[in-house]
This record gives sequence, structure tokens and C-alpha cells, in this order.
Amino acid sequence: MSPTELDTQAPPFAEPHVADQTADVALIVNGRALRLVIDPRVTLLDALREHLQLTGTKKGCDHGQCGACTVHVGGRRVLSCLTLAAAAQGQSITTIEGLAESDRLHPMQQAFIDCDGFQCGYCTAGQIMSAVALLQEPCGPDDDDVRESMSGNICRCGAYPGIVAAVQAVRGRRR
Amino acid sequence: MVAIRYETPRSVSEAVRLMAADPGARVLAGGTDLLVQFRTGVRQPSAFVDIKRIPELMSIAIDAHGLRLGAATPAAVIGEHAELRRLWPGLAESVRLIGSTQIQGRGSVGGNLCNASPAADTTCALIVNRAECVIAGPNGERTVPVEAFSIAPGRTVLQPGELLVAIRVPRPAARTSDAYLRLIPRTEMDIAVAGAAASVTLDAAGLCTTARVAIGAVAPTALRVPAAEQALVGSRLDEASLKRAADAASAAARPIDDKRGTTAYRRTVAGVLTRRAAAIAAARAREQGSHP
Ligand SMILES: Cc1cc2nc3c(=O)[nH]c(=O)nc-3n(C[C@H](O)[C@H](O)[C@H](O)COP(=O)(O)OP(=O)(O)OC[C@H]3O[C@@H](n4cnc5c(N)ncnc54)[C@H](O)[C@@H]3O)c2cc1C
Ligand code: FES
Ligand code: FES
Repeated sequence: MSPTELDTQAPPFAEPHVADQTADVALIVNGRALRLVIDPRVTLLDALREHLQLTGTKKGCDHGQCGACTVHVGGRRVLSCLTLAAAAQGQSITTIEGLAESDRLHPMQQAFIDCDGFQCGYCTAGQIMSAVALLQEPCGPDDDDVRESMSGNICRCGAYPGIVAAVQAVRGRRR
Repeated sequence: MVAIRYETPRSVSEAVRLMAADPGARVLAGGTDLLVQFRTGVRQPSAFVDIKRIPELMSIAIDAHGLRLGAATPAAVIGEHAELRRLWPGLAESVRLIGSTQIQGRGSVGGNLCNASPAADTTCALIVNRAECVIAGPNGERTVPVEAFSIAPGRTVLQPGELLVAIRVPRPAARTSDAYLRLIPRTEMDIAVAGAAASVTLDAAGLCTTARVAIGAVAPTALRVPAAEQALVGSRLDEASLKRAADAASAAARPIDDKRGTTAYRRTVAGVLTRRAAAIAAARAREQGSHP
């Protein structure tokens, strides 16, 4: 089922209306109010990729182990593979597609390019979403603090040194 | 595929009603255990009862009596709570060890307890802090100490229709502190091979007046170790008494042998972690004594 754009003047979403075992889910994705009528088992990851055609968010393990599917829900980073879309009812969701402002990349996206923070790129959307969330979290100043805070994002290509450099560059910590 | 319902109760009584009406329904908190089990076919509920819209379950309150932690509060919110971290540093540490920051964005302490893994990281820290589970059910509310909540791997005292509403932790006495340590094969994102928590109270002269010790991942449920507590009480928490506590914890452990650690290894590690956790708790309690 394809999503419908909601009238932004509509009253705030109350609760997902569940009838006949489908969930009527209203989400605000990258600032756009959308509505989906889906099976309640659909994860936020599948809702984004398969129903909303936002394929920037990647599916690595689908089990919470790799971090490729990281998105922000209500301002916090979560794993979209372990979040049901219905559980995100009424919430504001930011994906990798929502970071850039028209042609201007988010500083973290630019830093990943400048610091060689990726190779194949499969983990990168998740890495960047974690890194952007980290900026608002109580993370210590050192490289080791960044490594700890980014430990839920695995990079099969081993771009870790570039990832830490990118995060520290955006935080203004020269190494 | 069999259809599944998604329920979003707004109150504890509504959630209890939904759970009691359908024995196949399962509580969904963060879903970081449940959705993995669902996807691998371990659990096939007839309904998800999403408890994250019940304000009482999503709150942290600290007053003169202590802490009341809503069962579904995200671990990330707990880990960032400054007063909770100051009063119960070991408990906060255990919460901050759950998976990654993203797992903590949804995962909860209630889910950690109800999933009842012997290796669940928050259990030992809750036990040494005398935490109690507040349970709501069709017959009203009851409380159960955390140490009696899990009865076997994956099993708790919860009866059909019951749900865990909150975890209550009494405010620590003066010169009291706690610590939790675990050993995992990787440095992050793994399940404990062994874990240990300690809480100690010192008198003005630095003698230990009360101690609580619990070990995890080395028996079907987390274990309190009274013999280790006795080794600490009355001492200055010097090397000799810490060593006796470590030996008592190793002796109490009843670990399994698996690819992640042999019985002998887990037994030894349980002792080492007990000694270190008690030493950290003691240092924290002394620190409090120096600036009352
Ligand atoms: C990659 C990964 C890493 C992990 N690392 C760790 C780790 O390091 N340490 C650790 O301890 N755990 C770890 N976990 C396990 C899990 O994240 C934790 O146990 C978490 O605390 C579960 O909380 P939740 O809110 O997501 O529970 P859910 O998955 O929502 O629920 C878990 C179980 O408890 C029941 N339940 C939940 N809340 C209630 C309630 N209030 N009343 C009654 N029943 C309830 C559910 O029905 C379900 O059976 C990890 C999981 C993953 C996927
Ligand atoms: S796809 Fe979600 S953590 Fe791997
Ligand atoms: S860049 Fe290839 S997995 Fe990270």
C-alpha cells in the first residue's frame, strides 16, 4: 500500500487506529506527515524501505547487531529493524535522507567524505545517523569515548579510523 | 500468516485487561528481546500490547524514599539521569551496558527483567540495591523482590494477565555505594560470561556495616551470595576480606560450560569480578564519607 501525504493542518495524531489486524500509522518522516495502513508486524525499517521508498537506511542483520538501520525517533537514535512502525506512531523520524539541506550536506556527511569514513558505504547511513545523535549525547571528549559510543555500528570494511576522525572533526576536536 | 493485533493501552488497568483477556498476547516494551524472538520464531504472540504509551511506565521519580522507575523507560533516558547516576552509580552502569546506545534508545529495565536471561545486566545491580518489582494484575498490585522475580531462564513469577509496572529502589543510607562489572569476550555488544554487583555501607570509622553481593550468568538465575556478604561485613574492605568474598562468590557459582566460557573459567571470573566490584563500591562509599 502506498503512503498518503497528510494534510499538515490535521489535528495531532492520537493513537494508531487498529482494525481488522492492520495498523493505521501516522508518522512524520523527515518533516513530512505520512500515513501508512500496514500489518502491525512491519518494522520501521521495512516501512521506510518498502513502503516509503526511503532506501538510504540499510538492512544489515535485521537483528539489532550491526547498526546499519539506525534512524532517529523522537530525537533519539534507535534501530529501525527492532522497532515496529506502529510503535513509532505520531513520532518524528529522521533518516539519512533528512540530514542534508537541499544541496548542502550535513557537516557530518561532509566530514565522512573528508576523513575517508567509508569504503563500500553499506554501513555509512547508520554510522552517520549514530554520529549525528552522538553530538547531543553526554559523550566524553576522547577518541575512546567516541569508539565506545559508536560501538553499536559495525563496519565490515574497517573504516573505523576515518569514522572516529570524522566525528571528532565535527566536534571540533583536532587530534 | 496468522493475523496479529497491535494494542496501545493508555493505562495500567487497560493493559491488565488486555493481557488477561488474551493468554497469547505479549507485552511489548522496547522490543529488543521480543522482536528478535518473534523474528526467529521463538515467540508467536497473538497480539503485541505496546506499554510505552502508559505515562506511569515511562517515568523516573526520585524522592526521600528512593527511586520509582517506570518499567518501560528507555535505558538511554535512565543512563542520562544525573541524580540516579549519583545515588546508584553501579545500577546506572549496568543499564548503560545493555547493547548499544541504539538498543538503549528503546530497551528497558522492565524488559531486561521480564526476559529473564541469567546474563541480564541489570539484575545483579538491582538485587544489591534491594530493588522490588511492582506488579499489576487482575487481582490488584503486589511487590516481589528482584532476587525472587526470575525463577528459571526465561521464566518469572508473573502470572497470566500480570505486568511489571515499576521497579522500586530504596534510597541508599549514608556512606553507601554500589558497583557492577561484567566480563564479555568482545569489548562491547556481547552477553556476560559472568557479572557481579556489590553494595556496601561504611560507618564513620570506615568499617563495613552492611554488604550485598550478587553474581550473574553463572547459574540459571542471578544469585545473591550471603557468604560473600558476611566476609565483607565487619571488615575495612581490605585485601584479605575482599579475597574471602571472591572465594565465596566462586564457591556459590554454578555455571554451565559452553563456547563462551568453561565452568572453571566462569567460576574464577565470578570471584574476580566480585572482588573488584566490592572494591569499587567501597571506594565510592569512602568518597561520599569525605564530603558528606
Ligand atoms: C544486539 C543486542 C545486544 C544486547 N545486549 C545486551 C546486554 O549487553 N545486556 C543485557 O542485559 N541485554 C542485552 N540485550 C537484550 C535486551 O536489549 C535487553 O534485555 C533489554 O533490556 C530488553 O528490554 P526491552 O524493553 O527491549 O524488552 P522487550 O523486548 O520489549 O521485552 C522482553 C520480554 O519481556 C516482556 N516484558 C517487557 N516488559 C514487560 C513488562 N513491563 N511486564 C511484563 N512483561 C514485560 C516481553 O513480553 C518480552 O517477553 C541485547 C539485545 C540485542 C538485540
Ligand atoms: S539491520 Fe538493524 S541492527 Fe543490523
Ligand atoms: S564502509 Fe563498508 S561496511 Fe562500512
